[in-house]
Amino acid sequence: MSIEIKNIKRNFGSFSALNNVSLNVPTGELVALLGPSGCGKTTLLRIIAGLETPDSGSIHFHGEDATDRAVREREVGFVFQHYALFRHMTVFENVAFGLRVRPKLTRPNEAEIRRRVHELLNLVQLDWLADRYPPQLSGGQRQRIALARALAVEPKVLLLDEPFGALDAKVRKDLRRWLRRLHDELHITSVFVTHDQEEALEVADRIVVMNHGIVEQIGSPQEVYDHPATPFVYQFLGNVNLFHSRVHAGVAKIGDVELALDEHHQTQDSAAVAYVRPHDIEIFLEPDGESSFKAKINYVHALGSIVRLELERYDTNTYVEAEVTRERFDTLKLNEGETVYLKPRNLRVFLQD
Amino acid sequence: MSATNTQSVSQYTKYTNRTATSRATSEAAWVRYSLIGTMLVFLSLFLFIPLASVFAEAFRKGAQTYFAAIVEPDALSAIKLTLIAAGIAVPLNLVFGVAAAWAIAKFEFKGKSFLITLIDLPFAVSPVIAGLIYVLMFGLQGWFGGWLSDNDIKIIFALPGIVLATTFVTFPFVARELIPLMQAQGKEEEEAALVLGASGWQMFWRVTLPNIKWGLLYGMILCNARAMGEFGAVSVVSGHIRGLTNTLPLHVEILYNEYNYAAAFAVASLLALLALLTLVLKSYVEWQATRNAADIEKEIKDEV
Amino acid sequence: MKNRPNKNTLPGFNLSLGYAILYLSLIVIIPLSATFLKAFTLNWADFWQAVASPRVVASYKLTFGASFIGALINVVFGLLTAWVLTRYHFFGKKFVDAFVDFPFALPTAVAGIALSAIYSTHGWIGSRLEPLGIHVAYTPLGVVVALTFIGLPFVVRTVQPVLEDLSAEVEEAAASLGANRWQVFYKIILPAIWPALITGFALAFARAIGEYGSVIFIAGNMPMVSEITPLIIITKLEQYDYAGATAVAAVMLVISFILLFAINGFQWWSNRRLGNNR
Repeated sequence: MSIEIKNIKRNFGSFSALNNVSLNVPTGELVALLGPSGCGKTTLLRIIAGLETPDSGSIHFHGEDATDRAVREREVGFVFQHYALFRHMTVFENVAFGLRVRPKLTRPNEAEIRRRVHELLNLVQLDWLADRYPPQLSGGQRQRIALARALAVEPKVLLLDEPFGALDAKVRKDLRRWLRRLHDELHITSVFVTHDQEEALEVADRIVVMNHGIVEQIGSPQEVYDHPATPFVYQFLGNVNLFHSRVHAGVAKIGDVELALDEHHQTQDSAAVAYVRPHDIEIFLEPDGESSFKAKINYVHALGSIVRLELERYDTNTYVEAEVTRERFDTLKLNEGETVYLKPRNLRVFLQD
Repeated sequence: MSATNTQSVSQYTKYTNRTATSRATSEAAWVRYSLIGTMLVFLSLFLFIPLASVFAEAFRKGAQTYFAAIVEPDALSAIKLTLIAAGIAVPLNLVFGVAAAWAIAKFEFKGKSFLITLIDLPFAVSPVIAGLIYVLMFGLQGWFGGWLSDNDIKIIFALPGIVLATTFVTFPFVARELIPLMQAQGKEEEEAALVLGASGWQMFWRVTLPNIKWGLLYGMILCNARAMGEFGAVSVVSGHIRGLTNTLPLHVEILYNEYNYAAAFAVASLLALLALLTLVLKSYVEWQATRNAADIEKEIKDEV
Repeated sequence: MKNRPNKNTLPGFNLSLGYAILYLSLIVIIPLSATFLKAFTLNWADFWQAVASPRVVASYKLTFGASFIGALINVVFGLLTAWVLTRYHFFGKKFVDAFVDFPFALPTAVAGIALSAIYSTHGWIGSRLEPLGIHVAYTPLGVVVALTFIGLPFVVRTVQPVLEDLSAEVEEAAASLGANRWQVFYKIILPAIWPALITGFALAFARAIGEYGSVIFIAGNMPMVSEITPLIIITKLEQYDYAGATAVAAVMLVISFILLFAINGFQWWSNRRLGNNR
């Protein structure tokens, strides 16, 4: 089932949690709402679930206006950040809850409930825990039970709030892959909230980057990582170097260095910030005309196949981070304290007003 | 060198594990024993001896007098009245406590802390005044006195007055227990129930109520003890009509004032037993609740 | 857009709050307000006559004086009890701990007759104090004994959790810096628990000034000597002096409310100051 979100606004007192957010989630996609804490992503998720009401705007499920539909009629599955398992019920009863509270007419009989619950517990590979109580489970187990419980009602949409936030690093990675596989199996339209860019990039079909209550960019992991639409997205997804510059007629001037751009040909002498990923900083032992910076190598972090360099520009004394392959590093025979020349490529320039 | 180091570390952990007796944070034995002794003397003078005296005085004239005082018709009717009054007041305050705690703990609204203070108000009011306010409302000279007597409705010096006064003095017990408990529990589980398709009442009966049952029981036990034992407030509104509007504590007073000490203490011993039962139940519920709280704490620890 | 006043999706807010306020109004607010309205119907001279006659003033002195002394006794012995219960192990500790709440559970009339029985001249304790010239029952001292009894749990139960939460590390740090045990208590522990001590004192005091049942049996109730203010109200009521009873009650109520708000305000302040949100 597809979800269309149109012009949602939501304020808490004077704080604007969501400011005119619009978004489409096509049927069967796994979408990540990504952003720092306080960016409004959880509020948006709760509005989709019906746990929160927007001040204005509308939500459509499969083309039908669902803005005023009550939570229990929305047919969504919601996995809470802290799981919200019913602590006085066994795992079995937790998963069965959604079936047991149905009206008599649509409620399955006891045998059917047992079958369905065990099917789901098998799906999350925890059938052997059916008689335990939530406090007796590990964090990762609770997470999977919460998911099984949400799936028990056969939701049209699955919503997950920071699904891996409360887990330690190792469990988190395993569960991430497991969720991706599960989604590939079930193909249920899913939206999850995360502040972890790595998580979003690895799991989601599409990423919605949010900040201060607005959507900064929507795109595939590839798109948002390689072609960030805004400075915020650039900084939030991965490491990046900032160069303060002036742009005039398609040329960016950073210090004494001039770099030709693919864009901004009409711009007349405007202040701008240029963003360059560390792996887009090329390193040379000799100057390359007017288009390279002289810099000193402060530190070398040679771990694994990528070597990270911390450099200091001679002209401004600001720091630049660069990543080179082990091969290139060995060819150049770089050492700490040495002077090299940097040439940024794939600059992305954002004009400043 | 390194060997001695490890030894001292292990010694240190041993000491910190039993802080209560570690040298740095405890007192000399004689200080400890004299403090414990002083406490026991104080508690004996004010708690243990009075309790023992109730039973000693009750049986002073033998078991036969004791049981005679209890099965006497006036005593039985006092027992009945006490049970009725508590049987009405406690459920009333229970429903109120749950409703108030639900609104206060799960929702944000203006004037919340003022409302909490208002709920506490009856604890600040002298029991005598708690009785007086209903006399001023419903007594013959009261605001509604004329209308009530015209319609032949009796509230003061009758059961309704006793129930009202009892309800007033036990008003905050359940709400006070539930508000902090439900605030601590948050509202995620209720939200989860709603998302899973539960109706409001299903959510309440299947999720909320099981989660607060120990707190509810705790509040109920305290509420009931006070309801059955209330003296001052009930004394003002009862009219002291033997066999009709006397509760157990009032019956004790009458017997005592008639110098019928053995009977007075016999009836009083019933109330003392009720107090002991209350303490036992209360300890049991506390034990259960801390077990649950330990579970929750474990849950939170695992998440981090 | 559409008007959506209640942003919370949990059901039952209007029902539960509405019911709570209605019930609170019927049982508590309206009857209490009626009392003040009644008090206002008196003219000033009658009011003053009712609340400031020598016999009533003597009862204030006794009530507040005895409540104050009782609460002070409870501060000392309540702190001691809380200390022993949190710090030491001894046989029967769990039992003693549970028994501290006995004054909450025991009906006040029973407490009253039990205390007067043991502190009377023929009683277990009274007969031993008699040769020393100390009379407890039927004197103001008896009032103090009764008010100490009913206020006993307050200080213990407010101080106990604070003592339990006190981290042993802080004390160990102080000891490692050279403080002796008394200095640790005086400079480290006492500053941490004094807000709880004051709260416990205020709660015991507030409870004591309204107390009736446990006092009247042991007090002797002699006008000008051992007659407490709540008894004055009852006496006036029995003489059908509703106006006089209401006037005295209004004075007591105002004092009680001031105490209640002071206690709440103090707790709010000390919680903020100590930085815990509870």
